[in-house]
Amino acid sequence: MKKIVNDPTNIVDEMLKGMIVSHSELIQRVPETGVIQRKAEKTGKVAVISGGGSGHEPAHAGFVGEGMLSAAVCGEVFTSPTPDQILEAIKATDEGAGVFLVIKNYSGDIMNFEMAQELAEMEGIEVASIVVDDDVAVEDSLYTQGKRGVAGTLFVHKILGYAAQQGQSIAEIKELADKLVPNIKSIGLALTGVTTPGSKQPSFILGDDEIEYGVGIHGEPGYRREKLQSSRDLAEELLTKLTDEFGEKEEKNFAIMVNGLGGTPLMEQYVFTNDVYTLMKEQNLTIDYYKIGNLMTSLEMQGLSLTMLYLEDDFYIEALQAPVTTISW
Amino acid sequence: MNVETGIRWMELFNEKVQAEKDYLTQLDTPIGDSDHGNNMSRGMTHVIEAIEAQKPDSLEELLKLITTNLLSKVGGASGPLYGSAFMGMLKAQKEDNIPWSAVIKSGLESIQKRGKAEAFDKTMIDVWIPVVEALENNQLTDAVIDQAVESTKPLKAKKGRASYVGERSIGHIDPGAYSSGLLFHAMLEAEAE
Repeated sequence: MKKIVNDPTNIVDEMLKGMIVSHSELIQRVPETGVIQRKAEKTGKVAVISGGGSGHEPAHAGFVGEGMLSAAVCGEVFTSPTPDQILEAIKATDEGAGVFLVIKNYSGDIMNFEMAQELAEMEGIEVASIVVDDDVAVEDSLYTQGKRGVAGTLFVHKILGYAAQQGQSIAEIKELADKLVPNIKSIGLALTGVTTPGSKQPSFILGDDEIEYGVGIHGEPGYRREKLQSSRDLAEELLTKLTDEFGEKEEKNFAIMVNGLGGTPLMEQYVFTNDVYTLMKEQNLTIDYYKIGNLMTSLEMQGLSLTMLYLEDDFYIEALQAPVTTISW
Repeated sequence: MNVETGIRWMELFNEKVQAEKDYLTQLDTPIGDSDHGNNMSRGMTHVIEAIEAQKPDSLEELLKLITTNLLSKVGGASGPLYGSAFMGMLKAQKEDNIPWSAVIKSGLESIQKRGKAEAFDKTMIDVWIPVVEALENNQLTDAVIDQAVESTKPLKAKKGRASYVGERSIGHIDPGAYSSGLLFHAMLEAEAE
């Protein structure tokens, strides 16, 4: 796999340097860490921070800014950041009202963020957290790690970031997060595997005419392999999977996110979005908010994911529509 | 175990990790996220650099240095798990006249506390458990380690990222079990020198 790199082992550091020089009005780097922090006045509000492995750009550093994340902790490629780095992010962003961690449901992320939370609490900083597990491709049971956290995490960043900006307390944000996450469901499909910088082989190989449903954002295998079909058929498969998970709902209003995984052109994402719109309309489901683009990527993987947020609470749509000053929202 | 043997242990473990870096990643590819080789390689490089820079003169100091470097340089799931293992060993080592098997056992308990895995969940502890048992009976050999690593192959993963692929994890050696195998092979070699 051809890549534009110098030394693959320095790829995250060099990427962060590039981000900082090009967006110095919005963000800064906590010295000697992989922490990207917003440049904003501290006003005594709750700081919402997130992070995880790199390779998902613009997630999460692209969503650092006023109205969204106070900081993002950037780990190595597809590798959770370490507790000391997360602790630095917590210390750098605390405005005295506590720090709220948005964690994607992976065993590494959970262990590293938990250790950081314990360390921060020892230093007297109030910390609360939510684990996002929106990927319905993986069976949720007591005997597995449970569902993964994928693109739906960005709706959590946006809504909690707005709540923090509105001055909600850490307890209120925790309550909001606990109610919000079960209303978010995502599923992805891949046309290609993904090769991490420095490694020789892709995570999996698909034939020229094959796709895989349910892949994860680190190239984890999905639930079914099939021949490539039309965008409309793909949309129908993903949408059915999501609406089945939601079951019968009283209200019919949703926000949707069509998320490119890195190697799929925006043109195809819009074609797919149009199919989702048409199919949802046929089912009398209303889309009140759209988010389209490469948001939670998986390096150069071709494919996309569909996220639906059930708009159970009017606050969700108010939060989604509020303006932010970030690089990529 | 004394500090000289401990340092040798880490040197040998590092050599094995660097030599088998690609294989560790290969094991992590079908059932994980293809980062185990890179992460262990980066972590052990830092451990060796820190040993050379700080020249620890007690086993406690050495274990502390290993813990800090693994926790802050590895990341992923293996960082906190290996970091917790050495932290647990460090805690036990502080007690007087504690047998080495009890030190390793304390490492195992720390891993379980952090990762919440049980035996046969197809994780690194499926190597640590039989290793501790064999150490307690003074019967740890390379064959015991290899057998423990190999025993993860038919298991269905219930913890860690391999649990996402469920049935499809069957037939693959667990990467964390394999790297733990390297750790204990290195320990036997260091003790034999």
